[in-house]
Amino acid sequence: MTQTFTLDGQEIPFTPGQTIIQAALAAGVFIPHLCYHPEFKPHGSCKLCTVKVNGRHTASCTFKANTGLQVESNTEELNAERRTLVQMLFVEGNHFCPSCEKSGNCQLQATAYDLGMMSPHFDHFFPDRPVDASHPELLLDFNRCILCSLCVRASRDVDGKSVFALADRGIQSHLIVNAESGQLADTNVSVDDKAVQVCPVGVILRKRQGFVVPIGERTYDELPISGHVHGAVTLTEES
Amino acid sequence: MDAGKLENILRRYDGSTHNLLQILREIQEAEGWISPESVTALEQALAVPRAKIEGVASFYAFLHLKPIGRYRILFSDNITDRMGGNQDLMARLCHLLWIEPGKVSEDGLASVDLTSCTGMCDQGPALLVNGHVVTRLDEARIETIAQLVRDQIPVEEWPAEFFQVEDNVQRRDILLGCEFEPGSALRALHARLDTDGVLASNTRSWREGLPRGLVGPATMLDEVKHANLRGRGGAGFTTGLKWEACRNAPLADGQDRIVVCNADEGEPGTFKDRVLLTSHADMVFEGMTLAAYAVGARRGFLYLRGEYRYLLDHLEGVLARRRRDNLLGHSIIGIPGADFDIKIHVGAGAYVCGEESALIESLEGKRGTPRNRPPFPVTHGYLEQPTIVNNVETFAAAALIALNGGEWYRNIGTSHSAGSKILSVSGDCERPGLYEFPFGVSVAEVLEACGAKDTQAVQVSGPSGFTIAAHEFDRKICFEDIPTAGAFMVFDKSRDMFQVARNFVHFFAHESCGFCTPCRVGTSLLKNLMDKLHNGQGSPYDFKEIEHLNHILQAMSHCGLGHSACNPVLDTIEKFRAAYDARMSHQDFTPAFDLDGALSQARQMTGRDDALAHFGAAHGELQ
Amino acid sequence: MEVVEKKKLKVATTSLAGCFGCHMSFLDIDERLFDLVELVEFDRSPLTDIKEVGKCDIGIIEGGLCNAENVHVLLEFRRQCKVLIAMGACAVNGGLPAQRNHLPLAEILSEVYLSSPGLGNGMIPNDPELPLPLNQVHPIHEVVKVDVFIPGCPPSGDAIWKVLTDLLSGQGPSLGHGLLHYD
Repeated sequence: MTQTFTLDGQEIPFTPGQTIIQAALAAGVFIPHLCYHPEFKPHGSCKLCTVKVNGRHTASCTFKANTGLQVESNTEELNAERRTLVQMLFVEGNHFCPSCEKSGNCQLQATAYDLGMMSPHFDHFFPDRPVDASHPELLLDFNRCILCSLCVRASRDVDGKSVFALADRGIQSHLIVNAESGQLADTNVSVDDKAVQVCPVGVILRKRQGFVVPIGERTYDELPISGHVHGAVTLTEES
Repeated sequence: MDAGKLENILRRYDGSTHNLLQILREIQEAEGWISPESVTALEQALAVPRAKIEGVASFYAFLHLKPIGRYRILFSDNITDRMGGNQDLMARLCHLLWIEPGKVSEDGLASVDLTSCTGMCDQGPALLVNGHVVTRLDEARIETIAQLVRDQIPVEEWPAEFFQVEDNVQRRDILLGCEFEPGSALRALHARLDTDGVLASNTRSWREGLPRGLVGPATMLDEVKHANLRGRGGAGFTTGLKWEACRNAPLADGQDRIVVCNADEGEPGTFKDRVLLTSHADMVFEGMTLAAYAVGARRGFLYLRGEYRYLLDHLEGVLARRRRDNLLGHSIIGIPGADFDIKIHVGAGAYVCGEESALIESLEGKRGTPRNRPPFPVTHGYLEQPTIVNNVETFAAAALIALNGGEWYRNIGTSHSAGSKILSVSGDCERPGLYEFPFGVSVAEVLEACGAKDTQAVQVSGPSGFTIAAHEFDRKICFEDIPTAGAFMVFDKSRDMFQVARNFVHFFAHESCGFCTPCRVGTSLLKNLMDKLHNGQGSPYDFKEIEHLNHILQAMSHCGLGHSACNPVLDTIEKFRAAYDARMSHQDFTPAFDLDGALSQARQMTGRDDALAHFGAAHGELQ
Repeated sequence: MEVVEKKKLKVATTSLAGCFGCHMSFLDIDERLFDLVELVEFDRSPLTDIKEVGKCDIGIIEGGLCNAENVHVLLEFRRQCKVLIAMGACAVNGGLPAQRNHLPLAEILSEVYLSSPGLGNGMIPNDPELPLPLNQVHPIHEVVKVDVFIPGCPPSGDAIWKVLTDLLSGQGPSLGHGLLHYD
């Protein structure tokens, strides 16, 4: 007999060991997320995937599915809270979509659209985060980093390189690269690395590829991110 | 750092990446910073990516990847330090040394900055110089320090009285009053055992399968359970349950159970562990040994906060003596197979490491980020091994229980809070220091005992705890009413409770680990809002924002730091609303920043100071 | 007829630190402008060339705040308008002009007026007629209460039309997929 739990009134089957978000996505039900990626160990840091399990808030990417759980996700309350989290991310960094090559392919932007974010609401931090254009093929624009650590995990766990790491703490937290110079050109990163593909926002970019796919024909132009349930995990194709 | 020195450090830490934080701390101590060359050397010696080394080093406030002066002076910035005038003292020192706060002097000699509470609230204001604590600061002491720095006198040669830390025990009860004989609790337990030695466990796991590994007879566990001992770190989890879960946790090949003593006493206003480790270390270590016997652990760690680094030699001395006396090591007090030893791991300035899973990450040499739970440390703790993490005072209480029995212990205190609680009393009172009371003591009784007058409020259990107003002083210190990790900060009627809350909010923003979005961004937003109110720019809109942020932090944060970051604000808004109203000069929406200040650079560059070069009431712009 | 005339809502628009692109996009509602003028009457706006804003029902702000004059105009709009709308990326989050925010203003002014090649004897203009630039560029919600936001660079004519018609029909404005854009 298949085991199930209830998500917004719908019975969701799961296999033991699956987390709530894994089971939900497999069943075609979207739960917003940014730091979650099916190929990597859950991180649980962005908190976008927060749901209410038996009335208590918890991140669905780290919470194991269990028979009989009552899970709320697509509710006014939770979506309003998620919207606030996205607004926090927008004011924390420098997210200027009109001048970003990732616009239309960006999961942060698409998630904000999906949640109906009309303004960043909070006062902006406008941090000073210099870009790293040292590498001939790749550009790092830290202004857009949301500290999801997907590149850190991909580089360490898939590429076996540890090109990226998180440094500092609190609001000062930021991404660094594995070179004494602090420059990407001095690392052993390669354009084919998984770490280069997974960035959900516009931090890790291939040079000269930014507008190969025109605005208007990009990943989230046709369908909102919530419509990409199996594709929610699809990475941006920029070839 | 020269190769020989580094090799020495690496050898002492088995060249293991799990000791990365300890290795970095030793390099920091030896060199005053961690240079790129040192990172390169470590990268090669440990085969760890340098980005990871830098990631770890930059997480901890006392480690520096850039030179920050040969004299690194950090003023403790708890509210009690502020009440003692630390801001004026810091300004004075900066003036004397020609330094801007937070910056290094041009000659690279010194830097002056703030740090979170150093646990010297009963003898503050305090500062750390190159990791050494200086207490009882006053104008004269600051002048001398400035002179010592200018004359480049090594810190080791500074006057000894600067570094004097008093115990200040003001009231003793069962624990602080115990004339503890090292080994006596172990022997008392041994006398009570029905079997001798350690057993291959036959207890079935509470989760699954058969646990493996050797554990002691259940006697110690039974006593602790019978005593109703609850954790002294604030949350009050039942100690016996935690120990039992660890004892029964399955053990994979090559794994051990681990006992960790949490001496990362970072909650501002708390300093009881400092005294316990100074004057009652045997009791604490004995409690850890008893716990090890109860759960079947062979390895233990004391996680000592970086601010208490000065206790390290003393504690190592106690451990060495206990090893000589067969109170640690192999077959402790002659019990066959009872093997246990303790290592001390020193933190480096990160409050969040007081959270048990963050502490374990830090023990493993990583950034102190709280883990996703479940699994919990009792099954998957240090290097994925079953681990108990208990507070210093909990272990000392366990030793008392072994000595006197659980039945004796459970009859002290209240029905749900057995035993005594050590309170760290500071702030506006005649006799700051430690007060041990049986649980159930009222706030008023403590105030009476410490000689507090005209008390307006008490902050119990630190910034993440409770602001107790005068009408609540009959409330009791116990898990049923006001649970506490021990901080008890007293504020008399002259104090501004808004500034108390603002200080706490700054603390949380400074100590947020940055892992989760709500806490990383939310604590900083909250800090900015409190500063806005402080600057006289507050409006009802900002109040609504504070409430909004509070909700998000409580609902969405990853760990207790975020969950409780709004507590002091909420409590003070509820109970000391007038302190906020006084700052609400505006009833209408107010700008996020000072408009006139936003023209400062342009005025300076153009040399203009005409009316149009300013915003102001004169123009009817604001209100 | 007169009654209908009186019920027309008064609308004012302005561009602060923006490029007038949002106003151009506003014109992209094309023939629907005819419908609109049945419902509203324009006060201060580049469309009318009226220079001072009077009492209005709706104020539409394009652009963020980069200098003192922007702030003066914004405060005046806030005082005069019942509903204030931030139109476009610059008003919503500072937009392109805010990308100077990581540079100290003093450095920018020196670079532009003192040290750029070809600027012999350059000086930073200090005529009191000129509004002083702010240290940083800010979105308008950081200075006044904003009631409605229309993001986009620029928001499409359709998005602007949707928000305005929502407002005029008394609904809370919303933009669904395809209309909600930050770029």
